Amino acid sequence: MTSQATFAQALLDPDSGTPATCQTPSTRRFAVYRNNVISSLSDALADTFPVTQTLVGEEFFRAMAQVFIRQSPPNGPVLTGYGAGFADFIEHFAPAASVPYLADVARLEFAYLQSLHAADAAPMASDELSALLTDEHALAHSGLRLHPALSVHQGNFAAVSIWAAHQGHGELSQINTQQPEQALLTRPQLAVEVTPINTSGAQFITCLQRGNTLAQAWQQALAQDSHFDLTQTLSLLLRQHSIVGVQQASHTR
Amino acid sequence: MTDFIHPAAIGQHTGAACLPAATPCATLPPHAGIGLKPQHFKSVLEQQPCVGFFEVHAENYLVAGGPLHHYLSAIRAEYPLSMHGVGLSIGGESALNAKHLSAIAQLVDRYQPTQFSEHLAWSSHGENFYNDLLPLRYDEHSLARVCEHIDQVQTALKQPILLENPATYVQFTDSTIPEAMFVREVIKRSGCGLLLDVNNVYVSCINHHWNARAYLDELPLWAVGEIHLAGFAEDTDDLGERLLIDHHGAPVADSVWKLYLEVLHQIGPKATLIEWDNDVPSLERLLSEAEHAEHCLHTCAAKPQGIRA
Repeated sequence: MTSQATFAQALLDPDSGTPATCQTPSTRRFAVYRNNVISSLSDALADTFPVTQTLVGEEFFRAMAQVFIRQSPPNGPVLTGYGAGFADFIEHFAPAASVPYLADVARLEFAYLQSLHAADAAPMASDELSALLTDEHALAHSGLRLHPALSVHQGNFAAVSIWAAHQGHGELSQINTQQPEQALLTRPQLAVEVTPINTSGAQFITCLQRGNTLAQAWQQALAQDSHFDLTQTLSLLLRQHSIVGVQQASHTR
Repeated sequence: MTDFIHPAAIGQHTGAACLPAATPCATLPPHAGIGLKPQHFKSVLEQQPCVGFFEVHAENYLVAGGPLHHYLSAIRAEYPLSMHGVGLSIGGESALNAKHLSAIAQLVDRYQPTQFSEHLAWSSHGENFYNDLLPLRYDEHSLARVCEHIDQVQTALKQPILLENPATYVQFTDSTIPEAMFVREVIKRSGCGLLLDVNNVYVSCINHHWNARAYLDELPLWAVGEIHLAGFAEDTDDLGERLLIDHHGAPVADSVWKLYLEVLHQIGPKATLIEWDNDVPSLERLLSEAEHAEHCLHTCAAKPQGIRA
C-alpha cells in the first residue's frame, strides 16, 4: 500500500495502529487526525439532522454517526450531499430500534436540505395555469413541470408532526407517532416550507413528478381517495411557487 | 492581547466604501477580512460592515441554487471576495478529482473572486473524502506531484492560486525536505503565491520544536498574497509536551498576533483573514477581531523592512 493509503485506512479504523512512517512518539499526534475526521463529519451530520440528534440526544447521535461514517465515509468534498444513506442506516441500526420513527425524521431532514440547495426556477404565472385548467384537451395531454426544490415525503410514522414540533409548531406529547404522514417540501422564496398533505395529494404530486399528465395524476389520486380535492392541491402548488411550466407528458403510466 | 491597545468599539460603519477602493487588480486589498457565514448573511447586508473582503470556502457553495447563492451574489456585489478551497487534495498521491476541479472552475467563473487559495495537504484517497487537511511526506516525488497538481488547478482556473502552509501534528520518517523549504520550492516551480497562515506557522513550530523565525525566513515571503490568522486549541503529545491543534474555534492567540506583527514589519500590509469556522461567534465579535488585525496593518503600513528574496 502507498503511504497515504495506509494513513487513510488508519484514520477510519480505530483498531489499526499509527502508520509506521509517522515519527515516534506518534500515537496522540496521529489521534488528532483520527479525531478531526470523525468529529468534523459528525458535526456535518448533526448540521444536516438536527431534530434527529435532539430526539436521541447528542451522545447517542454521535456514537451512531461514528458507526455510519466508518461504514460510509463521504465520496466527495461537497458535504451538502453527505448523509443520503443515513436514514436507511438508522432504520437498521439496532440500538435505535426503540425509536421507530427516527429514520423517517432523518429522511425528512435530508429532503429538507436537498430542497434548500436545489436549483432556482421561476414559477409559472397563475393566469397561464388557469387557462390550462379550462382546456380539456390540454389537461388530458399535458403534465406540469415542478420546481426542482419540490419533493414529497411519504413516511410510515408521524415524522412531519415530530419535526414541526421541534420548529415550535404543535406539542410533541400530543402526537401519535405511529400515524403515517406525508408532506410537501417546497422553497417558494429562500426558505424551505414543509406542508402536511394527505395520501391522495402525495399521490397526485408524485404522479406529476414522474411525468404523468394532469388527467392521469388526477385519476390516480381519485383511485387513492374518492374525495381527492384537485383544486386544493393545485392551489397549494401554485401558492408554493412550485409550478414552473407545462409539458407534454413524457410517458404514460 | 497584551501587546496592543485594542481599538475602540467598532461604531458606525458606512459600508465597504469606508476603506480605500480596491484597485481592479489580482490582489486583495491590504485590509482585514472575515469569513462569510450563513448565520451572518442578513446582518452583513443590513449593516454593510467595514471590512476589506469576505472569504468563503468554495466547497460550501457547490450547490445548485437557493439562499447560499442568493446571499453570496448580493454580498459579492458589495465586497471583494476571496475563495478558499478545502477539498482539491493538492497534496494527494492520486490524481486530482477532475469533476470537482471543473465544478470549482465554474464557481470561480461565476463569482470572479479576487483570489483563489488551497492547502498544501490532502483530503481524499481512493473513493473517500476525509474532511480534514492531512499531512504529506516531503520529498522529490511529492514535490513534483504537488507542482503538477497546482499547474492543473491554475490551468483550470485560468489564474495563479495561493497555496497555504499547513499546520501539522506528525512528521514522516521518510521526508527528505524540510517543510518551509518544500513550500518555497513549490512556489518557485509552480508560480503560485503564498497564503501565509501565521497560526499554522506557530502551531507547526511548537508541535515540531522548530524555530518560527527560522521557518519564516525559509518561506518565500515575497510571494505572500494573503495572511490567515486563527485560534488554536492546546493538547499534549505522548511525552506530555505541548501539542497545538489548529481548530479555528477561538480568538487569535497573543503569541500569534506577535508573530503576525513581525511578519507585517518585514513585508508590509497584506490582506489578512480572521478565520473562525467552529463555534462561530457573533458578527460583532468577528468584526472586533478583524479590527485588531486592521490596527496591526495600519501600524505597519509605514515602512516595511524588506524581504530577502
